[in-house]
Amino acid sequence: MIEFRQVTKTYPDGTAAVQDFSLTVPSHTTTVLLGSSGCGKTTLLRMVNRMVEPSTGAVLIDDEDVAQAEPVALRRRIGYVMQHSGLLPHRRVIDNIATVPRLNGASRADARARGYELMEVVGLDASLGVRYPGQLSGGQQQRVGVARGLASDPNILLMDEPFGAVDPLVRVELQRELSRVQAELKKTIIFVTHDIDEALTLGDQIVVLKAGGEVAAAGTPAELVQNQQDEFVSRFLGLDSGRRSLTAATADDGGWLISDAQGRPLGLVDSQPEPARSNGVRTSADQTNADQTNPSQHP
Amino acid sequence: MTWILDNLPRIGELTLAHLALSLPAVIIAFVLSIPLAWGANRVRVLREPVLTGTGLLYAVPSLPLFILLPALIGTSVRDPLNVVIALSIFGLALMVRSAAEALDAVTDDVRTSATAIGFSGVGRFFTVELPLAGPALLAGVRVVCVSSISLVSVSAVLGVSSLGSLFTDGFARDIIGSIVAGILMTVVLALICDLLLVLAGRMLMPWQQTRRRRPLLARSREVAA
Ligand SMILES: Nc1ncnc2c1ncn2[C@@H]1O[C@H](COP(=O)(O)OP(=O)(O)O)[C@@H](O)[C@H]1O
Ligand SMILES: [Mg+2]
Repeated sequence: MIEFRQVTKTYPDGTAAVQDFSLTVPSHTTTVLLGSSGCGKTTLLRMVNRMVEPSTGAVLIDDEDVAQAEPVALRRRIGYVMQHSGLLPHRRVIDNIATVPRLNGASRADARARGYELMEVVGLDASLGVRYPGQLSGGQQQRVGVARGLASDPNILLMDEPFGAVDPLVRVELQRELSRVQAELKKTIIFVTHDIDEALTLGDQIVVLKAGGEVAAAGTPAELVQNQQDEFVSRFLGLDSGRRSLTAATADDGGWLISDAQGRPLGLVDSQPEPARSNGVRTSADQTNADQTNPSQHP
Repeated sequence: MTWILDNLPRIGELTLAHLALSLPAVIIAFVLSIPLAWGANRVRVLREPVLTGTGLLYAVPSLPLFILLPALIGTSVRDPLNVVIALSIFGLALMVRSAAEALDAVTDDVRTSATAIGFSGVGRFFTVELPLAGPALLAGVRVVCVSSISLVSVSAVLGVSSLGSLFTDGFARDIIGSIVAGILMTVVLALICDLLLVLAGRMLMPWQQTRRRRPLLARSREVAA
């Protein structure tokens, strides 16, 4: 369990990046910090591994103040994945992944063996191990980044817009892969993003942030989409503009086509209503969209 | 031509003497430039003064420096040590700015990520920043190496043996062959050393070429995949 206790952060230049932020991140779940650029997400994330020291307040991991932990040792037991992968360009893929076990004192052979294990976990072909990061596609690099984050088998994984720089198709694939890995490994993940769909896909808990790290709303994806109490949140999730008010129409081949209020088609219904099923329509054009829109479908 | 063939052993000897004067200077300049450059980058207000100051050392005329040094450090005028020290100073003058810029060019992304995965400050410098600055450092070292090899010759005027002695002797005794041999060997030596540096760079920094040589086709295929 990670606990932010009334943390604030004012940078030396006077920027008040975070003001009085409190949050409990339950173990073995994914908590998404969702908010626009500059609202303090990275600052909050980096307080956990002491890359940023809170000006006031404290961050606790399993009831222990991280301020008591030695920063380098702390970072070695917490996975960190960032945008643009942050891989070391001068080390082969396998050695990038093996870096953390090596820092933790594993022999080179053990560290590499662990590296190859993890390449399999994140769906990378072992033959890519000898390449340098510059020889991989953006999506592959992010997979390596995730593998490296997992390499020391940390309990906690901090992810800072890890899929922000890859194209949408690859991003969806990476999100699916992360969900699969997380279902198996059950890490405590704090995932930072400004992408609403990504938050709804990955979060067990979503925290919507306003500028200065102010919590606008927090809850499960379904709760956020259903309870439209806060105007900022509604606007952020696109609820007010009708992005998630869905209408169904009969599709050309007899199924149900779901569109948002602007008439933008989102996908086909493949589970209900019952009568449509007998027509044999079982297409799912865009599984992710269908998944995400389910909570808000009106009966 | 016959003069050259008749004097091969002496030319070989002088070549070795030439190397013995210039190589230590290159190494000393490189090793000293790293902490200086690191310090200059750390203390931002001192950066320009330090870089410009050391750079200006290059403007000191070489012959007077060769002559002044003995007075300053108490060596004899013909001591090769004077030459090595003077060349190190010139090398440093060239190298500090290169090194500062090379180290500064390591991206914040890489630095941040190295810190995030648990490198200590020292570990990060030696295993991440220094290697990544490698290509730019190498470019600087190549300039220093060629410059040192050419500058050594001046010291022959003082009677310190090097390929420069082939000029001084050649002029004094009117032997064209000796002068030609001096010029030729200096150039050849500089070329060989430069080539060796490039090869060493390829071996020590293999991640570099892979990126450049990478066929475009393979890249576009991956993006599609
Ligand atoms: N090292 C720093 N020095 C000064 N200001 C900073 C620093 N890092 C971030 N900030 C500022 O703090 C605010 C929050 O930044 P950040 O946590 O990076 O936001 P996010 O990750 O949500 O985009 C921004 O206004 C940013 O400009
Ligand atoms: Mg950020």
